[in-house]
Amino acid sequence: MSEKIMLVDVTKCTACRSCQVACKNWNGLPADRTKNRGSFQNPADLNPHNYTLIRFQEEESGDAIKWLFRNDKCFHCTDPGCMKVCPVPGCIYKTPQGAVVLDSTKCIGCKYCYHACPFAVPRFDAATEKMYKCTLCHDRLAEGLIPACAKACPTGAITFGDKPAMVQAAYARAQALGGSATVYGDKVVGGTHVMYVLEKPPAAYEHLPVNPKISPLVFLWKDLFKPLSLLSLLGGIGGSLLYYVIKGPKKPKFEEGGERHE
Amino acid sequence: MNITRRQFLKTTGATVAAGGIGLSFDKPDAHAAPTKIADTTVTTTICPYCSVGCSILVHTKNGKVVYTEGDPDSPINQGSLCSKGSSLFQLSHNNPDRLKKPLYRAPGSSTWEEKSWDWMLDRIARNIKKSRDESFTKTNGKGQIVNRTEGIASVGSAAMDNEECFVYQKFLRTLGLVYIEHQARLCHSSTVPALAESFGRGAMTNHWIDLRNSDCILVMGSNPAENHPVAFKWIQQAIDKGATLICVDPRFTRTAAKAHIYAPLRSGTDIAFLGGMIKYILDNNLYFEEYVREYTNASFLVHPDFKLPGDNDGVFSGIIGTKTQEGYVGAKYDKTTWVFQKNDDGTIKKDPTMQDPHCVLQLLKKHYSRYTIEKVSDITGTPKDKLLEVYKAYCATGKPDKAGTELYAMGWTQHTVGVQNIRAMCIVQLLLGNMGIAGGGINAMRGESNVQGSTDHGLLFHILPGYLKTPTASQATLQAYNEANTPTTSDPRSANWWGNFPKYSASLLRSMFGLNATLEEAYEYLPKIDDGANYSWLTIFDRMYKGQFTGFFAWGQNPACSGPNAHKTRKAMAKLKWMVNVNIFDNETGSFWQGPGMNPQEIQTEVFMLPCAASFEKEGSLTNSGRWMQWRYKACDPPGEAMPDGEIICELFRRVRELYEKEGGAYPEPILKATWNYGSDKHLFDAHATAKEINGYFLEDKEIEGTLYKKGTLVPSFKYLQADGSTSCGCWVYCASYTEKGNMAARRGKDDPSGIGLYPTWAWAWPVNRRILYNRASVDPTGKPYAPKKPVIVWDGTTWKGDVPDGPWPPLASEKDGKLPFIMKPDGVASIFGPGLVDGPFPEHYEPLECPVEKNALSPQFMNPIVKRWDKDGVPELDIRATCDPRFPIVCSTYRVSEHWQTGVMTRWTPWLLELQPEMFVEMSRELAALKGIKNGDKVMVKSARGEVAAVAIVTRRFKPFTIAGNTVHQVGIPWHYGWRYPDPEKKELRSANLLTPSIGDANTMIPESKAFMVDIVRKEG
Repeated sequence: MSEKIMLVDVTKCTACRSCQVACKNWNGLPADRTKNRGSFQNPADLNPHNYTLIRFQEEESGDAIKWLFRNDKCFHCTDPGCMKVCPVPGCIYKTPQGAVVLDSTKCIGCKYCYHACPFAVPRFDAATEKMYKCTLCHDRLAEGLIPACAKACPTGAITFGDKPAMVQAAYARAQALGGSATVYGDKVVGGTHVMYVLEKPPAAYEHLPVNPKISPLVFLWKDLFKPLSLLSLLGGIGGSLLYYVIKGPKKPKFEEGGERHE
Repeated sequence: MNITRRQFLKTTGATVAAGGIGLSFDKPDAHAAPTKIADTTVTTTICPYCSVGCSILVHTKNGKVVYTEGDPDSPINQGSLCSKGSSLFQLSHNNPDRLKKPLYRAPGSSTWEEKSWDWMLDRIARNIKKSRDESFTKTNGKGQIVNRTEGIASVGSAAMDNEECFVYQKFLRTLGLVYIEHQARLCHSSTVPALAESFGRGAMTNHWIDLRNSDCILVMGSNPAENHPVAFKWIQQAIDKGATLICVDPRFTRTAAKAHIYAPLRSGTDIAFLGGMIKYILDNNLYFEEYVREYTNASFLVHPDFKLPGDNDGVFSGIIGTKTQEGYVGAKYDKTTWVFQKNDDGTIKKDPTMQDPHCVLQLLKKHYSRYTIEKVSDITGTPKDKLLEVYKAYCATGKPDKAGTELYAMGWTQHTVGVQNIRAMCIVQLLLGNMGIAGGGINAMRGESNVQGSTDHGLLFHILPGYLKTPTASQATLQAYNEANTPTTSDPRSANWWGNFPKYSASLLRSMFGLNATLEEAYEYLPKIDDGANYSWLTIFDRMYKGQFTGFFAWGQNPACSGPNAHKTRKAMAKLKWMVNVNIFDNETGSFWQGPGMNPQEIQTEVFMLPCAASFEKEGSLTNSGRWMQWRYKACDPPGEAMPDGEIICELFRRVRELYEKEGGAYPEPILKATWNYGSDKHLFDAHATAKEINGYFLEDKEIEGTLYKKGTLVPSFKYLQADGSTSCGCWVYCASYTEKGNMAARRGKDDPSGIGLYPTWAWAWPVNRRILYNRASVDPTGKPYAPKKPVIVWDGTTWKGDVPDGPWPPLASEKDGKLPFIMKPDGVASIFGPGLVDGPFPEHYEPLECPVEKNALSPQFMNPIVKRWDKDGVPELDIRATCDPRFPIVCSTYRVSEHWQTGVMTRWTPWLLELQPEMFVEMSRELAALKGIKNGDKVMVKSARGEVAAVAIVTRRFKPFTIAGNTVHQVGIPWHYGWRYPDPEKKELRSANLLTPSIGDANTMIPESKAFMVDIVRKEG
């Protein structure tokens, strides 16, 4: 199965929220009681019952009002920080299409993935003590279907397809839009499988890191401390073994002043 | 239909592959378990929400819904949906709040009791008979025969299938009801006369997919990104091909967010805005001259004594009434001068050069010469440069091969000048030659899944199915009725299709009473309305408040929240002896007696809450805004004891008839003689049998043009309907929808040979599957398309190719039998001058009932002089008006959000949607918020002269203060989706926007003015 890209073209999004509902419908996620906090955006953030969210952002430049809409979800990184740090084998894994799947049933709720994520995506549910995030509908992909949000989107703001064609389409679209339109995703954190065509530079969008990075602590841990500590552990064991072989077992000392009895 | 999993996967796979995604099916993801749709039964349905008519797949297992999603095969939505459509799963039995048993509220009781269907239906039937016998009137005050029941009223429902609407109106009319209304009155009643007067028919002229063919889309009076989200698919495609999107709205909306040009305007000033546009077109000669001369009445000469408002104190000639300080109030027009000059031979006098000062075009120019940019900007608050920017962009579509389309909805319809708002755009479109072409037209976007169908089937007081006018008391015989409604023409080039009226009226009577009565007897059975009297929504609730109804049906509607001045509505309901409320959830109407401010002990109304089936729990057809009639199927049984509306109607009729058979009573003939063949062995209500009734049958062997049609054959099209009673037809515009060839509405053809998105074999469009109305105006008089790249019809020398032509005759210029394009108008041309309306042949700007200015800047006539003034004739303590009142200095408008629908009677009960938009809110500018000390998210009260509601403040850049005639005027906006009944009913919180709106309506249709009234906002302490 070939590598896929989900492309979010924010210029076509009308914030109808079909994506949010289609995701909940497919994943069987319950609704929460929310409040109007002075915005159409609800819930306020990604959470265990909302794997995708439309972020609403108002701004003004001179006379021109802008209302930016951005569909936010897991970026499905090529080199996922979450997968690097997850201590449970098989809990987070990648599929050939590029989906980074967090199998919540295996999760132990350590939250390392949240801290390792360059986009701070996975969410902890205190009720189940597990983490949750978008799965790129990997189960639909396995059946030859596209993710629920892409299918539900009426305007083509969310599309899904083979990587080369999608990347090409993204750049063509950004060029056609002109101005400060950009493509985001293929050149950060080693590439992501959810990419954007943005109307403005990434810095203009809330909760969108300009230079996302997997926290250096992760590398320190995984690439330095963990090997080092492993080394020291092994070294400790190895050293002890060596000592035993060379020097023999530790013999108890005789009491002071006494002669060694043969 | 039910599709097998394999078929479904194939279609989806095929569609997906066709979309160039090219998935392959090798090694599946080893970790993925079988999906929840792995072995479901799949049924197709149509979304129950807005009027785009998206197709939805309902997945069931063991008779229960497990998943819902968009249908990839539909050319309209292509598998996508909006948030509401995507949430359909939560309306099924999965929702614990679905009504499952009939509920009864006894007089004075504080609770519901569960009762059996038999008990409920028998008691309702008994109530109907009692109310009817007590209030039946044979003659009116003038001694004319009226045969009507004045003590019962009904509202509802745009949510019912076409077949259910037909039997419901039949049920009500055989009972003799005249007070028959529904959602259409409140939403698009102003559309019908505006479009019918201008073009001949009152419906959306093009259709959803056609939007992609447009070069310039003007969104004014609507917010399609919000309220018809899937339509935006087609708007986006037009934009991708280079179209300009213009959005004119008091508030910067989700549509404005995608528009190239956004211009703000004060609610209630659309005619000023459009008047300026008309002036711009004429001043700059941007009109399509040949089109205007040949296809409109621009060249017709008007009576020399006709006066325009500019010369006549702000009114047209012929006004009759008293003048007050604010001009004429509650007046009417004598239209003697609103006529065309005639030649000696009776034909209309015309000036083809269109220079004569009495010709329509010159009068138009003179009328709108007063709408200068400065004046328009003063009235609307739109900056002058923005006005010009919009005018320039849109009026560029006056070129023959350019298409401009307009999308409107409640922003235009719900005003005291609603009809004239729309008329103004009709004039613009005619000047620019945009009618009848691909990507053009006037796209009146209806808002309910079947409000088009429910209107087509006559669920309004003033029309029978097929838009035949309800007979009036002075029309004592069928002949008199036909004569009054059959226009004649002196122009041989005019098809004058309404000349066939007697065929349609006779066939309709046969569909009501079959051969059980002669046509004359059948006509006598029909209830008559008094000439000139009004029986519409505002009248109903006024009468109800005054105790003049004993019984009321709120069938699939929530009037406690949907009508204006909701306090008056709710108090009125407390005066009823009985109410029948049919719905899928309990709601503010059925539970009005336990609402805020109500004392159940004092309320003697018996309430019968009947649980009904949801849209996917029954089979039938519905008609979207683009006139596409689509068939949908039953996916599963309704929960508990809920029943489809059609079955409930049949059961009620049967029981009422039994009572009359046994006991006699007032004028039982219509009830006893009505034909009622809508059941079958399996069902009480057979949608197919009813659909065929609507299409019509030959009642005897008939030979027409050499072909013999045997008795019992379905009529192939309305061309074959007869005036002699030998045919029956429930609704003539639906004739050809269900013929010997089959159920046309159920077709699922995905081919589009036209290339312009007509999809002629997907479902069926009325009339006769014509997808773009007035398409004869898309070609020049020789039959050549004006826009050769997007032809709608083309004449090949012998016949028309493309869409179904709007009349099969050869092109206009043909010597033999060429016909003009607007075949439903007596003169064959479209009306720029529209004398058929009660408040003027040209739109003129008047202020709303409540507004922020003391005077109308254009003339001494403040308001529309013809509107009925309920603040003078209604209920003094409730029908209060506060205009230019310092207590209520802020302009308010009502609107919708994408995630909720109408009164929220389905969407508030859908948890996923309530999560998205949980609470009533009010949007206001940052400037206004600063003035009032309100922060974003604060709780506030919004108050009008009639009531107040609690809301959360959304302080936003998207509202800005207006400068109106030098003064700062603030505007706010509120959604109308909320009500006390859910969520948190125990709080009894007042949330419904209609508690604030005034009792006033348009002059022609009495559609309420919900879009412009005055309020104040106060921060809620604590």
